Amino acid sequence: MAEKAHPKKAPAHSALPSAPIAEYYRQMHLIRRLEEEAARAYAAGKIGGFLHLYIGQEAVGVGALAALKPEDYVVTTYRDHGIAIAKGMSSRKLMAELWGKATGCSGGLGGSMHMFDAENNMLGGYGIVGGHIPLAAGVAFACKYRGDKRVTLCFFGDGAVSIGGFHEALSLAALWKLPIVFICENNEFSMGTPLSRTLSVEDISIKADGYGMARDRFFATDVMLVKERIAEAVARARDESLPTLVEVRTYRFRGHSMSDPAKYRTPKELEEHKSRDPLTLARKKLIESGATEEDVAKIEAAVEAEVVDAIKFADESPSPDVNVLEPTTYDGPFAA
Amino acid sequence: MRTLRYREALREAMIEEMERDPLVFLMGEEVGHYQGAYKVTEGMLERFGEKRVIDTPIVEEGFAGIGIGAAMVGLRPIIEFMTWNFSAVAFDQILNNAAKVRQMSGGQFNCPIVFRGPNGSAKQVGSQHSHSMEHFYATIPGLKVVAPAFPADAKGLMKASIRDNNPVVFLESETLYSVKGEVPDDLDTVPIGVANVVRQGADITLIAYSRMTHVALEAAEIAAKEGISVEVVDLRSLRPLDEETMVRSVQKTHRCIVVHEGWPYGGVGAEIVDRLQRLAFGSLDAPILRVATFDVPMPYNAELEQMCIPGAARVIAAVRRLLGK
Ligand SMILES: Cc1ncc(C[n+]2csc(CCOP(=O)(O)OP(=O)(O)O)c2C)c(N)n1
Repeated sequence: MAEKAHPKKAPAHSALPSAPIAEYYRQMHLIRRLEEEAARAYAAGKIGGFLHLYIGQEAVGVGALAALKPEDYVVTTYRDHGIAIAKGMSSRKLMAELWGKATGCSGGLGGSMHMFDAENNMLGGYGIVGGHIPLAAGVAFACKYRGDKRVTLCFFGDGAVSIGGFHEALSLAALWKLPIVFICENNEFSMGTPLSRTLSVEDISIKADGYGMARDRFFATDVMLVKERIAEAVARARDESLPTLVEVRTYRFRGHSMSDPAKYRTPKELEEHKSRDPLTLARKKLIESGATEEDVAKIEAAVEAEVVDAIKFADESPSPDVNVLEPTTYDGPFAA
Repeated sequence: MRTLRYREALREAMIEEMERDPLVFLMGEEVGHYQGAYKVTEGMLERFGEKRVIDTPIVEEGFAGIGIGAAMVGLRPIIEFMTWNFSAVAFDQILNNAAKVRQMSGGQFNCPIVFRGPNGSAKQVGSQHSHSMEHFYATIPGLKVVAPAFPADAKGLMKASIRDNNPVVFLESETLYSVKGEVPDDLDTVPIGVANVVRQGADITLIAYSRMTHVALEAAEIAAKEGISVEVVDLRSLRPLDEETMVRSVQKTHRCIVVHEGWPYGGVGAEIVDRLQRLAFGSLDAPILRVATFDVPMPYNAELEQMCIPGAARVIAAVRRLLGK
């Protein structure tokens, strides 16, 4: 998917295995490596503000976006790096944005939480919990209005399920039969609070019932499974113009953000989840699909080259000029 | 006299008031088990238990409303917003319920509630997380709005806010939480609505509050080296505004600059200018200037962000301009 959006794709790519899992593994591994490097850059002071990593959740974004066409839309939260990459944004644009550089996807003005890439129909990461869910329904509304058969995916965390924006968006999407898939990435915690202390029910997907909306719920260890199940919801949106609420169960391996030491869970719990790392599973599946260790090593080498290139690009790029602030605030003359 | 950090002073005030009055309770996201997103409420769950230190889901409108309802019938809630940015989700509750219930009930119901949390910019947290919400809240009759700059004022104003029978918007700052200051052992309340002259000067008055008071003091220090004598008024309260202290200072210095975070369009700075030109017109030798955040959403890039937020250099430039230097 979104081939052309990877100008910096590994040069050896054409020689790599052609099974879909090869591309999914490549994306997942790329996201993992970019996130690891982002964490290091944060510690080194090259990235500021909040940094929420996607490590552990890669199968959700990669699997879900594999079910989309390039013209489909995506809206997500501040935990948006992996989703942006899976939607086809380049590693260069991602890293440059994290570095706050003019060459970043949002010109260095948005930062980690606000990855926008119009070219790839990536409509952004948003910082206010739940605030983007009605907006995503609005994107789906426009698709229906224009009759262009595009689908919108809206990602959010388990912590967003209590807030009004979530309910208002689901209510309207069901009422007006909007072509959208609401994907709750249930990683068991909203910041330091486990789901059991934020919701009166354990199954998030049943929230759909009150709105008469289709629903689904599954574990996201296997990227192929994520793709299949999201594809069903996408088909429902595209063919019948109906929304779905999908609860995808996952786990984040790092703290909520870089400032969170994640003392609320035991090392044992974390290790257990890491033993079911979706990235390890994807690699295994790739080998099972017929790829040799050498093939996989080639993919990994290409990813490494892409990561190194992206960091260098971010390092060497210029900062945005102060003159961009006014024209990026208004289209047309500044309205003081 | 003890030295406390700003966050410790706030915590001490809440603990003392909760010990004094069993109707006071604390509610918000991550205030309990996580010990507070910025550790202001550290240890309070252990001390008071889950009945009085309540972790909420991410539902600002919901828990702001719950606090208001509880306050109407006699409890005294302290509602923490993880940051004031998220109070936008609860704005309707604060504007339409907390601020109005007394007047629209003909004075039958009070709303003794404190909404508190960090306000203003932090560091590179981008446009959605860098709001200075005081400019919205200070415009609302029915609310009181306070924004202390020092630990002692943080403690005294918090105690006064909890005891006040009106809804109080209490604005802290992430960048102030670790700031240390002397706090008198027997400090009780600091009255809401009284400003403080934190530096005496003769040539020009800087009016500021919250973190900008520290910026104003830094600028005053630099100006002193250039032979300019700067007076700094720390407002502490934004509603009610202490007109008397501001006017007295301007009558002495004849020149004034308001330094605040947040956009220059309207807001607290504009309000101060309006009042001073009416109340001290005869004393002014020059137009009152304002140093505010640039009139754009906050950019993420570190250098641009620093340009946007008022700093000592911009304040000094305004001081020189006003004195024709
Ligand atoms: C309205 C609002 N309230 C509070 C916050 C602070 N906050 C940011 S992320 C977060 C936790 C969200 O958890 P979840 O929705 O499960 O998503 P995850 O971070 O796990 O991906 C909180 C409380 C916010 N950004 N917006």
